Amino acid sequence: MKQYIELYEQCRGMLNGHSAPVLNALREEAFGHFRQMGFPSQKVERYKYTDVARHFAPDFGLNLNRLSIPVNPYEVFKCDVPNLSTSLYFVVNDQFYDKALPAVPLPEGVVVDSLCRAAETFPELVKHHYGTLARSRKDALNALNTMFCQDGLFVYVPRNVVVERPIQIVNVLRSDVSLMVNRRVLVILEEGASATLLFCDHAMDSHAFLTTQVIETFVGENAHLELYELEETHVRNTRFSNLYADQKAYSSAVLDNITLHNGVTRNRTDLTLSGEYAETTLNGLVIADKEQQVDNNTLIDHRVPHCQSQQLYKYVLDDKARCAFAGRVLVREGAQKTVSQETNANLLGSREARIYTQPMLEIYADDVKCSHGSTVGQLGEQAMFYMQQRGIPYEEARMLLKFAFAADVLSTIHLDALHDRLNYLVDKRFRGELNKCEGCRMCKN
Amino acid sequence: MEDRNSFVREVAEKTYEYGFTTDVQTEIIDKGLNEDVVRLISQKKGEPDWLLEFRLEAFRYWQKQEEPRWGHLKMPVIDYQDISYYADPTKPSDKKEGPREIDPELMKTFDKLGIPLEERLALSGTAVDAVMDSVSVKTTFREKLREKGIIFCSISEAVREHPELVREYLGSVVPYRDNYFAALNSAVFSDGSFVYIPEGVRCPMELSTYFRINARGTGQFERTLIVCCDNAYVSYLEGCTAPMRDENQLHAAIVEIVVMENAEVKYSTVQNWYPGDKEGKGGVLNLVTKRGHLRGANSRLSWTQVETGSAITWKYPSCVLSGEGSQAEFYSVAVTNNFQQADTGTKMIHLGKNTKSTIISKGISAGKSQNSYRGLVKVGSKAEGARNYSSCDSLLLGSECGAHTFPYMDVQNDTAIVEHEATTSKISEEQLLYCNQRGIPTEEAVSLIVNGYAKDVINKLPMEFAVEAQKLLGVSLEGSVG
Repeated sequence: MKQYIELYEQCRGMLNGHSAPVLNALREEAFGHFRQMGFPSQKVERYKYTDVARHFAPDFGLNLNRLSIPVNPYEVFKCDVPNLSTSLYFVVNDQFYDKALPAVPLPEGVVVDSLCRAAETFPELVKHHYGTLARSRKDALNALNTMFCQDGLFVYVPRNVVVERPIQIVNVLRSDVSLMVNRRVLVILEEGASATLLFCDHAMDSHAFLTTQVIETFVGENAHLELYELEETHVRNTRFSNLYADQKAYSSAVLDNITLHNGVTRNRTDLTLSGEYAETTLNGLVIADKEQQVDNNTLIDHRVPHCQSQQLYKYVLDDKARCAFAGRVLVREGAQKTVSQETNANLLGSREARIYTQPMLEIYADDVKCSHGSTVGQLGEQAMFYMQQRGIPYEEARMLLKFAFAADVLSTIHLDALHDRLNYLVDKRFRGELNKCEGCRMCKN
Repeated sequence: MEDRNSFVREVAEKTYEYGFTTDVQTEIIDKGLNEDVVRLISQKKGEPDWLLEFRLEAFRYWQKQEEPRWGHLKMPVIDYQDISYYADPTKPSDKKEGPREIDPELMKTFDKLGIPLEERLALSGTAVDAVMDSVSVKTTFREKLREKGIIFCSISEAVREHPELVREYLGSVVPYRDNYFAALNSAVFSDGSFVYIPEGVRCPMELSTYFRINARGTGQFERTLIVCCDNAYVSYLEGCTAPMRDENQLHAAIVEIVVMENAEVKYSTVQNWYPGDKEGKGGVLNLVTKRGHLRGANSRLSWTQVETGSAITWKYPSCVLSGEGSQAEFYSVAVTNNFQQADTGTKMIHLGKNTKSTIISKGISAGKSQNSYRGLVKVGSKAEGARNYSSCDSLLLGSECGAHTFPYMDVQNDTAIVEHEATTSKISEEQLLYCNQRGIPTEEAVSLIVNGYAKDVINKLPMEFAVEAQKLLGVSLEGSVG
């Protein structure tokens, strides 16, 4: 913790110099909170399963001077989703890559840009939203990210505009030394707007990376957002991501989080339903083996009546993977007629794999329908027997069943092309052939 | 409408039935807690040195600990120096030699509570150990049980008469380092029951302990130890009440159960400590550590609890399943009304192979109460083939109460199957309409539905308790619908 305080004190000027005033405005306050709180220990309920301080202890480089990274992501990255026509953008480390933007223009008024630049072009808009959901006093990682972030991504969809074509953002980690990246994302959907966002996290170099990411999402009245996050990095990658979303009346949101391959991942998702009749779906799929760790921690806060939420998280663990799921559904006083469902299912494939699961309901209103379920188990013997009897080899049968288990989550993906692609990737992942496609440098490594 | 009003008034005026106090000369030691107090308690009980040492170690450990705050509870500040740790209602005024006479006032109290201490009056088939404040008043049917080799007495007597047994098992399931309140109890514990069922004996009657807090400004710190040897069986019941007072009284007990090979223990509790008044003033703070250790292969233990009383209930009757093929069950109904708070559930720790556990928990919250289920199912890496099924349902009666579920599952073995499900809902209007239509008034209908809802658990209770539990459910919830 000390190293980050010292670093900040030394580099204050440099941080401010290479960022926008709106972002700089919150830095000092965040620093105060961080200094006061420090990294949360595992005694803090929400960090029970991840030792934060340990992951932040090693020395990482930071690109505070905003040196441009010599890379053309289009050349090195070709793992695009086939048959899915998207507006493709890149964020290299935490920098928005603006040298080759997609040819097809976005609908009028829609902005996808560097956060830093947006903060200068639309200072009022950014100021009005930035840091209002991910408050530094709530979470030390928010504070740390707010202290150090200099740039990131800004997505804005104006009133009643429907963005038909999915917006795909590829977060590329690229460095010649081990690097810490503090990325910040702000997504604003005005009233009646609709958009689909796809975030893909990739690491191009085999160096160790430590990423903190804070995504703040505002979903206006009647707006519709689909946000998919797909992580496909390597075992030396550590990711701490906090996703905050606020939904207004009659809005709907689908937030999917898929961890295909990683090192250490901690995803926190805090969702607030602040307008009546809002609907939300949270899905997650985790495939972990080796010594990978994934900790998904969610909170759905039902503040007003008549909202619905659904959660489905599935984990497939093997080897020495250690994973956790903690989902809390909070139904506040007066949030009557809430319907909420939470499911977490886990497959353990080896003796040393560990799973901690904790689906929680906290309810202060009486006219609600809430349920949660959680299971830990293995592949059904009968199903295995059935398939083997019909000549499907043991390994293949296992694979099929695992795949079927994961398919529940994949089937919730509305983009057909993405759905197909993920089916393909998950299948490959189970066969142990991840990251090997033709072409790009990443796969050749 | 008028009918309804009068009913509500009647209920509102209804008081806690067991809220009377007994005017009996009680010897209470001065308030406060320090090493001298621990020594004094030990001396009053005429304990051997090893036990005093055990108490002192626990006390020193307790001093170093901080009070836990992690429960989903608003705990009042407990001033541990403002409690008297020993109250003896049996102390005769003039120091006569010979066996103590039981004050007729005490006999009357227990009669009033429905616990006759005269064996001829007692329900056949239940032996009772009656504990008031810090002292066991009487244990019935001892002779009859002794014929079979069963030891059933207060723990103080057991220390005197069977020190080797107590020494072997005391603290072996719940060590004093377990938690803050366990340390406190280990330092100052007073009477509780000691049960020893020898090998191959099936206890012919239900054993039961009735705990009563009577004196003002005291707490109750009882300690119960049950040892069930190979192939033995016992069913044990625990009941408790306290007078109405506007101060919070502390109840920090420890129950330890050891179950050997092929043995079976059933432990049932109907907890009806004073819950505080309608404004949430007073009431007992029920902070208890209960744990069973299933040591032998194929041993069985079941906890059944009906929790209706106490201002705060904070306890997790747990099972450590180390014997191969051992089975544990936990059935619970927790009812909270007015300003009561409960954070209760269980821990099932699977260590042995092919161990099985079942958890059925039903929470009912009414008024402005908060009711939480918190449970841990842990499967150790050597617990091949462990199996757990948990189900916890919450019923909300009223818009100002809360129902919460916090299940924790830690699984470290790939052959384990662990399932958990939970629901939260209120009594549906259709159900009420159905009853109303058939001439059942709303209050009764609610009681009927709640009893049906809790039936899974109540069915597990021994008969006499089941009747009491059913009545309690009705009383606890009266006035909560409207």
